[in-house]
Amino acid sequence: MKITQLCIFAENKPGHMMAPCRLLAEAGLNIRALLLADTQRFGIMRLIVSDWQKAVKVLEAGGFVVKTMDVLAVEVPDQPGGLAIVLAALENTAINIEYMYAFPFGRQGKAVLIFRFDDTDAAMQRLRSAGINLIGGEEL
Amino acid sequence: MTTSKTAVIPPHPVSALDYMPQTELKRLQLHRLQAVVKRTWERVPLFRTRLNERGLAPEDIQSLSDAAKLPFTVKTDLRDTYPFGLFASPMEDVVRLHASSGTTGKPIVVAYTQADLDTWAGIMARAMACCGLHKGDILQNCFGYGLFTGGLGYHYGAERLGATVIPISGGNTDRQIMILSDFGATAICCTPTYLLHLIDRAESLGVDLRKLRLRFGMFGAEPWTESMRRRMEAATGIKAYDLYGLSEIIGPGVSVECYCQDGLHILDDHFYAEIIDPESGEVLPEEAEGELVITTLSKEAFPMIRYRTRDITALMSGPCPCGRTLSRMRRVYRRSDDMLIIRGVNVFPSQVESVLLDMEGTLPHYQIILTREHGLDQMDVQVEVTAQMFSDSVRAIEALRERLANAMERVLQVRVRITLVEPRTIQRSEGKAKRVFDRRSL
Repeated sequence: MKITQLCIFAENKPGHMMAPCRLLAEAGLNIRALLLADTQRFGIMRLIVSDWQKAVKVLEAGGFVVKTMDVLAVEVPDQPGGLAIVLAALENTAINIEYMYAFPFGRQGKAVLIFRFDDTDAAMQRLRSAGINLIGGEEL
Repeated sequence: MTTSKTAVIPPHPVSALDYMPQTELKRLQLHRLQAVVKRTWERVPLFRTRLNERGLAPEDIQSLSDAAKLPFTVKTDLRDTYPFGLFASPMEDVVRLHASSGTTGKPIVVAYTQADLDTWAGIMARAMACCGLHKGDILQNCFGYGLFTGGLGYHYGAERLGATVIPISGGNTDRQIMILSDFGATAICCTPTYLLHLIDRAESLGVDLRKLRLRFGMFGAEPWTESMRRRMEAATGIKAYDLYGLSEIIGPGVSVECYCQDGLHILDDHFYAEIIDPESGEVLPEEAEGELVITTLSKEAFPMIRYRTRDITALMSGPCPCGRTLSRMRRVYRRSDDMLIIRGVNVFPSQVESVLLDMEGTLPHYQIILTREHGLDQMDVQVEVTAQMFSDSVRAIEALRERLANAMERVLQVRVRITLVEPRTIQRSEGKAKRVFDRRSL
């Protein structure tokens, strides 16, 4: 099950994360997970929010460049080797992980990892056939 | 002005023409003006059409002031006839091509016959003799060798004088400093900003340029000021002379300072200079500030009739204490168009715009910021990110930035730093947008 992630371009300067976060807060939208990619000159905020369609509207109206893309939320055992299970399932495929980050809320000994693959559909198929649980947006 | 130096520099034999009586000089100018107008009328269709439209013929040039009747030639004429449309010699007589920046992606091309190269070497020999270069001097030529006219222009002029040339070309500053010191160069030529960079670098290397044999330098290809001259002279102990020129006319050698350092002597026997009001095109009197317009008087392959240089200056009245009869122009420190000179390279904001358009399909908001870091010009182009160029991958954005920077460098011939900024952060202005912020302290 694919999840929609938002990306926002931000300059790498003090205070530049504030404006988009405030817009989302004012619209009553909750940020469920966030990853900040930074380079010397700019950053990319990657967000998973409670209502992505509304979030895009709010952010674009606020003057931000927003992109949406599909990511996968993968459930793994919250114990040593948990991530290795996912990676092992992708071994010997041409699927590449662009980036990944952890979802802060897990349940009963499980952790949730957010993956951005270069080929989301192929990754989804592969992980499912390896018996790995993918979590949907609603559930998150 | 330091007249005390008069006795130090005896006039060089090639300088004899610099002291020609005014009446003779004017007669020579008229004779050559008539010849070049006739040659250009016969051989360059664009010029012929323009004269015909005005009902003029070459015979209508009966005095120097008749030059004012002639149509101007502008930079876009060179673009519109790209690459060879204004040549007045058949290609088999052209022995050299040079090029400089145009206003868009294409350069402008200039041509020389063998006679033109001889003329140019003679002109540069005279210009450098005016600054005191002579046989026995060792000249480190840090101007770029290649399509740019600077390197080869100085090279052949200095050889003509019998000086020793170190054809080191631009860049590799540490090596420049080593060679400057080891080879005992007595003269140097480069852009004024490059000398400032050299000074900066020498300081960090612990090299005292004042202890070298260097006596003087000739600087040009970009505007510079008296305060820059003071810094350059104080840090190196040399005399810094302004030597003006432009590719469209010949390259370096159009005018040059003498030891008085008070205005540049125009080589009147080769270049007919006028100052015009850039708005109305009317010819202005001496001392009035306006745009410099030059007609080449002795070139074969690429004659220019009333070329609008876009450089703002004034013709000076009264004789120069050095005794030269040549007319003088004030130093050029600004232009009447938006051309920027970055490390000696001509850059137009429209070139930046054409690259952005080519790569993005639409024109994003952008601004150009010029600064000077360690004596070197730095050009930053800030581009507002659009949805089209944005991606969630750092790699993809970095790759885009790199592609933009490379495309800019290909077209502009200078390295540009591209910074992507957030949408709506570049200030919008009503009417004509201010795109260029020049923060170099000249």
